[in-house]
Amino acid sequence: MSETFEIVKVGIADLGIVQAPNRIRTSGLGSCVGVVIFNVHLKIAALAHIMLPDSTTFRGEGLNKAKYANTAIEEMMTLLQSHGVRRYSPLKAKIAGGAQMFQMTSGTKESMRIGPRNVAAVKQELLKYNIPIVSADVGGASGRTVEFNPETSMLSVRTVNHGTKEI
Amino acid sequence: MKDTFSLSPFQLDLLKEIGNIGAGNAATSLSKILNRTVNMKVPEVKVVSFDEMMDVLGGPEQEIASIFVRFEGNASGSMFFVLTPDEASVLIRKMTGNEQFNFHNPPYSNLAISAYEELGNILAGSYLSALSDFTNLNVQPTVPSCSVDMVGAILTVGLIELSQVTDHAIFIDTILTDEDHNDEEIKGHFFLLPHPESFEVIFKSFGVSHHE
Repeated sequence: MSETFEIVKVGIADLGIVQAPNRIRTSGLGSCVGVVIFNVHLKIAALAHIMLPDSTTFRGEGLNKAKYANTAIEEMMTLLQSHGVRRYSPLKAKIAGGAQMFQMTSGTKESMRIGPRNVAAVKQELLKYNIPIVSADVGGASGRTVEFNPETSMLSVRTVNHGTKEI
Repeated sequence: MKDTFSLSPFQLDLLKEIGNIGAGNAATSLSKILNRTVNMKVPEVKVVSFDEMMDVLGGPEQEIASIFVRFEGNASGSMFFVLTPDEASVLIRKMTGNEQFNFHNPPYSNLAISAYEELGNILAGSYLSALSDFTNLNVQPTVPSCSVDMVGAILTVGLIELSQVTDHAIFIDTILTDEDHNDEEIKGHFFLLPHPESFEVIFKSFGVSHHE
């Protein structure tokens, strides 16, 4: 196996697109959710590192669409379509992340439960586009690094204490 | 991307001074606990992208032993005390007398985690009480909690509020080092991340407007 491929890196509140044989990766997901939307036949995939559920809470200037579940999925669809994925071609999704990194004993603020809220928002958004989630590794208390291979449609999920698994 | 927080040189100096006084106080506490000299470096105020913030600690996937404390009161925000798992293990061995303890071997004993959280409690307490005295603001820490995991996963906890108004992280970074020149050198980071609206409160406490 000496096939060369590149790994496209996606930062926090960022998104990207990849085509086989290349792979796409985002590191250190905590409460954030990594969403992959892919097409098996075209071997193309978009990945977003989503930080917050809803862009309506944004009070600043210059909205970063990749940051929010409701805007990132839409942006990923646009990106996929601009890369030759037709409007009604079958798409699937895999998601990982949405952990709660710190177990707070008292005064749990709403922002501490951001992980589950992110997961719920992503699920709801994917449902809007009729994109089935074929596998997921969400919740818990561990950070995750994910890498998607559009060749095999497998998402590898690495955690510090539980090694790497493929979903 | 527009930078919501453009700070004047004077405001930057004020924030640095908070780091200086806060971390200086915490360094004294740490030095008493460890019974050795602990030095601190000149604090840096960083206004960087989220990704750049993770790079300060070696990138989003780097493993760290962190203590997280939220503070509330007139000003609110998050605070992290961060060591490498090896350094934290050394500290915990010293505090508990458990020579077997290592953050690379989970599950961790409750005593060890409590000890580390207590260390965080003391350090955050000294940092924040200095901040409180210096600014004349009422600031209290909440119960600390500990997590040994990836930098990206941990630090984003302190970015949730901030990320609702900006794509930049603003934090005061102070590095503590111990003076003993042996192979157990400790190099800890203090990250103070005030909530966006708290910058205004902090500057006002000095009679400086946020928007000069």
